[in-house]
Amino acid sequence: MEYFIQQLINGLTLGSIYGLIAIGYTMVYGIIGMINFAHGDIFMLGGFAGLIVYLLIMTVFGGAPIAVALLCMLVVAMVVTSLWNWSIERVAYRPLRGSFRLAPLITAIGVSIALSNFIQVSQGPRNKPIPQMVNSVYTIEGISVSLKQILIVIITVVLLASFWYIVEKTPLGRAQRATEQDRKMAALLGIDVDRTISITFVMGAALAAVAGTMFLMYYGVIVFTDGFVPGVKAFTAAVLGGIGSLPGAVIGGLLIGLIESLWSAYFTIAYKDVATFAILAFVLIFKPSGLLGRPEVEKV
Amino acid sequence: MATVTNPSAASTGSLTAKALREATFTAVMTFLMFALFIGLKTDQNMRNELILVPRWGMLAILVVIAFVGRFAMVAWLQPWRTASKAAKSAAPTVDEDAGFVKRNFSKLAILALVLYPPIILWIFGVQGSLKYIDNFGIQILIYVMLAWGLNIVVGLAGLLDLGYVAFYAVGAYSYALLSINFGFSFWILLPLAGILSAFWGIILGFPVLRLKGDYLAIVTLAFGEIIRLVLINWQDVTKGTFGISGIPKITLFGIPFDASPNGFAKMFHLAPSSAYYKVFLFYLILLLCLLTAFVTIRLRRLPIGRAWEALREDEIACRSLGINTVTTKLTAFAIGAMFGGFAGSFFAARQGFVSPESFVFLESAVILSMVVLGGMGSLTGIAIAAIAMVGGTELLREMDFLKHVFGPDFTPELYRMLIFGLAMVFMMLVRPRGFVGTREPTAFLFERKAVSGAFTKEGHG
Amino acid sequence: MSAVAKPMNNDAILKVEHLSMRFGGLMAINDLSFEVRRGEITALIGPNGAGKTTVFNCITGFYKPTMGMISMHQEGGKSFYLERMADFEVTRDAKVARTFQNIRLFSGLTLLENLLVAQHNALMKASGYTVLGLLGFKSYKDASKEATEKARYWLEKASLIDRADDPAGDLPYGAQRRLEIARAMCTGPELLCLDEPAAGLNPRESQELNKLLRSIRADNGTSLLLIEHDMSVVMEISDHVVVLEYGQKISDGDPAHVKNDPRVIAAYLGVDDDEVETVRHEVEEGAN
Repeated sequence: MEYFIQQLINGLTLGSIYGLIAIGYTMVYGIIGMINFAHGDIFMLGGFAGLIVYLLIMTVFGGAPIAVALLCMLVVAMVVTSLWNWSIERVAYRPLRGSFRLAPLITAIGVSIALSNFIQVSQGPRNKPIPQMVNSVYTIEGISVSLKQILIVIITVVLLASFWYIVEKTPLGRAQRATEQDRKMAALLGIDVDRTISITFVMGAALAAVAGTMFLMYYGVIVFTDGFVPGVKAFTAAVLGGIGSLPGAVIGGLLIGLIESLWSAYFTIAYKDVATFAILAFVLIFKPSGLLGRPEVEKV
Repeated sequence: MATVTNPSAASTGSLTAKALREATFTAVMTFLMFALFIGLKTDQNMRNELILVPRWGMLAILVVIAFVGRFAMVAWLQPWRTASKAAKSAAPTVDEDAGFVKRNFSKLAILALVLYPPIILWIFGVQGSLKYIDNFGIQILIYVMLAWGLNIVVGLAGLLDLGYVAFYAVGAYSYALLSINFGFSFWILLPLAGILSAFWGIILGFPVLRLKGDYLAIVTLAFGEIIRLVLINWQDVTKGTFGISGIPKITLFGIPFDASPNGFAKMFHLAPSSAYYKVFLFYLILLLCLLTAFVTIRLRRLPIGRAWEALREDEIACRSLGINTVTTKLTAFAIGAMFGGFAGSFFAARQGFVSPESFVFLESAVILSMVVLGGMGSLTGIAIAAIAMVGGTELLREMDFLKHVFGPDFTPELYRMLIFGLAMVFMMLVRPRGFVGTREPTAFLFERKAVSGAFTKEGHG
Repeated sequence: MSAVAKPMNNDAILKVEHLSMRFGGLMAINDLSFEVRRGEITALIGPNGAGKTTVFNCITGFYKPTMGMISMHQEGGKSFYLERMADFEVTRDAKVARTFQNIRLFSGLTLLENLLVAQHNALMKASGYTVLGLLGFKSYKDASKEATEKARYWLEKASLIDRADDPAGDLPYGAQRRLEIARAMCTGPELLCLDEPAAGLNPRESQELNKLLRSIRADNGTSLLLIEHDMSVVMEISDHVVVLEYGQKISDGDPAHVKNDPRVIAAYLGVDDDEVETVRHEVEEGAN
């Protein structure tokens, strides 16, 4: 039982990270119907930004209180990564909007390849390990919970709450939802569609940057290829939860995290990714709209 | 537009101001985006700790390039482009007769490919030819075949398949395992690998038939990854990440390509060299490519091929015409997979070694890009895209002269995939419908007229 | 039914019996029964949202009805229960073809190719399910020639022959409508279902369409079932009219009968139920 709860906690931590990335996928897909293949690499870029800020703090100030260091990392990573995603959308996706459906998908794959190789070229191909930033561990009745796990879950919850507030309660969120429903009509009603879509990319990137920084903090290491697998898993999460649905993305992320850690704990760790992908396939085949998505009705 | 073609002093001034404004913005953005990644480099010191190495000079150069580039674009390039576009639309369109080369393009291309090995042998000699025949010739042709195979699924039937490399893997491992364990020859295993891949195509195709568009894409991606992960983890059979080595070579109907007395070189009194084997492989893959092209062209004129294209255009209309879309989709999957399997078994025989490394998602993405960049459905366009993408990246390996420009530490190979990715984006922006945007009709009553890409759809499946 | 034997070709080709279709809480069609007689043009009319297209989708297999039976009786005596068949089987085996309200052409294929796709099943058989065709057998070449001739016949009939090698997406709206009908006819149907064929046509195109529909019935012996809003089309060409409102049949008979049915007038003019009597009175007065 203790073992089970332990795995549950590990799964939730991992799931929070997936959930944060998944929101970026789901928002972009919802608003322009495009699988942003480069989003996983945006996440990786965020992780690297966090890493460099951390090292900068270490070399310039010789260290700082953990809270301050983490806050700096998060904020800088969010800003830099958002700028990247904003520029990418502006340069690579916007000109193709409304054209051939596969064109943006291929561009996104190109951006993904370019981003990961840019980091490889500029930062080197090796693993980038950092010392443990936060190492307190609390043990309650045989179950150990580390401070970083608590931090990850708290940050996720706070961010989700604020993003949910933005999407549901503010004029910006309303513009987003309107653009999602009918882009032309939204434009006719005076919504700046381009700006709304740009902001969506910025928001997705900011969350991915947080996920990247926490990924770095959790595992203590990052490498330029780290965008792909978490990216695909987060996309799986978004689909599992019902693409286009914000709570769905989070639930999907948590589910994927739980499946992964429980599968590794009780079955073979080797096939954990197979399990994730198999579940994705099953869900899509039997309930293509995902857990919380609206079912698509075939119009004749 | 008049102000552009006949610039007055005021508009030139405002244009310069605008260009300066935009260039400054771009420079600031570039600085912010690259300050962390270019300005600082994470490196390891003697104690294996990460340290930061500043590279502010490089960052400054980049920012300056961004500023100048953007300025030039806004101030000169864009006005020039609008002007030339206006001039072009004003000029009457001249109907140019298709030249001799254009009319007989495929025949000439095949002839060139047939003559390629002897010419290379003649220019570079037996040993010097290896690189050109193997790295450029065979490598490119394998991708051409894969892209043509995927074209059936994506380009014709409009089913977005992101896991195509799985069938390539099935073909490669089928050949590797069956030839090592049972000693079957390539000529038996080639069709067998194709059949096995087609079989897998049907198995994987069946559950995903109900899915549409991006869902289909993501499930095929998942299946592709599952197959790769199984190959990594099923170590008793596949030897995991170590891969399978010592895969038997192909024989020319019983004549082996080795130094033995009854080997190919001895038989024809030639100096023993692996180049002959490569030349043989080159012609073999060329033949396989031609087979793929032949079958694709034939299929397009058969009801099944027309049904695929109709499916891409409108699935519901297909069903209203009595077409069983399930079997139609499955045949597309199966036939596409079969060609992947052929290519896979050839790949295994050529390398003599297979490992899961060769079947990563990136490969699927690259093959799909070839299909889209070439122009969905167009064999010529896809072949050009494959040559450009594979040949281009191979060329980057060869650019040693860049070392003299950027110093001896510069390894152009590192930049290969970076440039590849950027080129993919750039090409897509310039030609969203691919090199060949038109569609060739499969039948005609009076005259064959190419269908403009504006009418063809890209499928929803 | 009178004792006088009806001519053989005037029996029911399609019988819809107690058809109901429910979407969630909405009853789109409620216990609907009607017949389409062989060799006739039957019109299905009714105000917007009456459930006409839903009836079509049930007949052609795109929706599975919640309840009821739809039977198709072919010339040769074979019968099919359409509600049990998949959509493509309805066309392939039961020989019921259809068009769509929002035209569904293969816009990137040429007109000729559109008509060849419609002959898929015949050509598929002739190509030995692709195998013989791939090997270049003569049987497929002959069948292919025959199919092209059939396509040419329909292109001529729909006055589209000049555009045979152009993409379907390039045609003007009215021509697209005619092409869709020609394409449906290439499947060799005994019953052709048309979903608002005259929608969006100008008067001249409308006339051309009427001509085409009449000739389909006269020359090819195909029975027609059509949904239509344009009353002039309905009254001009149909032999039999079925009127639907809120998923229920409110009138059934020849055009003259339906035209004077107060319930129909009420449905179209939108009067309340208790006013129906007044309307009926007015109609009777008008008739006298």
